[in-house]
Amino acid sequence: MIKTDALIIGAGPTGLFTAHQLKLIGLSCEIVDNLDKIGGQCIELYPDKPIYDIPAIPECTGEELTNNLINQLKPFDIKFHLNERVEEVKKNNENWKVKTNKGTEFSTPNIIIAGGVGSFEPRKFNPKECEKFENKSIFYSIKDKTVFKGKTVSIFGGGDSALDWAIELSKDSKVNLIHRRDEFRGAQASVNKMNELVKTNKINLFTKYQLKSVSGNENLDSIEIEHDNKEIKNLKTDYVLGFFGLIMQLGPIANWGLNIDKKTISVDTEKFETNQKGIYAVGDICTYPGKLKLILSGFHEGALAARACFKLAKPNEKYRFEFTTSSKSIKNRLGVKE
Amino acid sequence: MPKITYIEHGGKTHTIEVANGLSVMEGAVQNNIPGIDADCGGSMACATCHVYVKEEWFNKLPKKEDGEEDMLDMAFEPKKNSRLSCQLMVSDQLDGLVVNLPEKQV
Repeated sequence: MIKTDALIIGAGPTGLFTAHQLKLIGLSCEIVDNLDKIGGQCIELYPDKPIYDIPAIPECTGEELTNNLINQLKPFDIKFHLNERVEEVKKNNENWKVKTNKGTEFSTPNIIIAGGVGSFEPRKFNPKECEKFENKSIFYSIKDKTVFKGKTVSIFGGGDSALDWAIELSKDSKVNLIHRRDEFRGAQASVNKMNELVKTNKINLFTKYQLKSVSGNENLDSIEIEHDNKEIKNLKTDYVLGFFGLIMQLGPIANWGLNIDKKTISVDTEKFETNQKGIYAVGDICTYPGKLKLILSGFHEGALAARACFKLAKPNEKYRFEFTTSSKSIKNRLGVKE
Repeated sequence: MPKITYIEHGGKTHTIEVANGLSVMEGAVQNNIPGIDADCGGSMACATCHVYVKEEWFNKLPKKEDGEEDMLDMAFEPKKNSRLSCQLMVSDQLDGLVVNLPEKQV
């Protein structure tokens, strides 16, 4: 069981700056995020898109913003738990007991939810019977590519993941690549490579087709794909891979007894506390009258929620407001030599 | 104000007035029409405001940008007449537009 003054859920810009604020006032914190990297939507949805409304930064990309926030956290030692999703939040006396899907447990008086629009999950196939084969014959990510050796693999999607895996697996497997239109949105070099492999019959390409149905008993046996003009093809296949990008799901947060309105959590505007004492929500996931879904609002909300955490983390101490320009103790925490 | 009709997957029909300059997505969200999630808030990053547009209207709409077609790859059951409603700006020309909502968005 990890004890910490505050646990932050979400490693996007708001979560990162909130961590900075907590450490600045002398509180410990750890961060959990379901993605495999730091940065949240900035990294997952728009790493290359310029942002023009961060105060004092005329222009920066999602990736640059994330890297700057990570740099700003350098003086502090903050533990990140990536690839983990918080599943359970339970009250345990004065503290919250938090458990992730990997079994990591935390005990903390303060939980700050900086979860954006929820956690990122792979988009799945539409036919219901696909569920039955999930993680056996149907995958949305690849952990061990050796299982596909010598087998027939049908890959769906038009982005880089679909192209890269079609190219890679065509070395040792029979590959069908299926996409709903003629254009691919992946890197041009990958599209060219894929087209070469189609010419040499290493990849069977089906465009303007989508998955219609899957069949098999224990394991997948064959699939039907349907053309835009309703023509149906039957393909024998051992495995199906779907690469349709990620969607955002509120996920387990919905079960923690919080006031939720249209996928956002209601908070007050003094502490950004939810209806549960010691649980705060900041950034895109919180809502209050006048809420703006801007990164800068997330920074403000995080700064105030961090101050609110102080009272529950150190009930016998009084919080004193200090400036970074003048406070000795803050400079010590930052490791600044005078 | 232009009238936009949203037909839910189950057939329930909502006809509402949407001010010029708003998107078809915003018209739905502001009027609490179920079936349009719009998770990303209109930044064309999520494909959860996906709608189908009947042919006679589809051809009258401004053409899709590349980014919209890329996002539609990820939508639930995309078809030839799929659009992202956050990219459809309401104007007098769209008065009477009918959009059909998919069974679900994710």
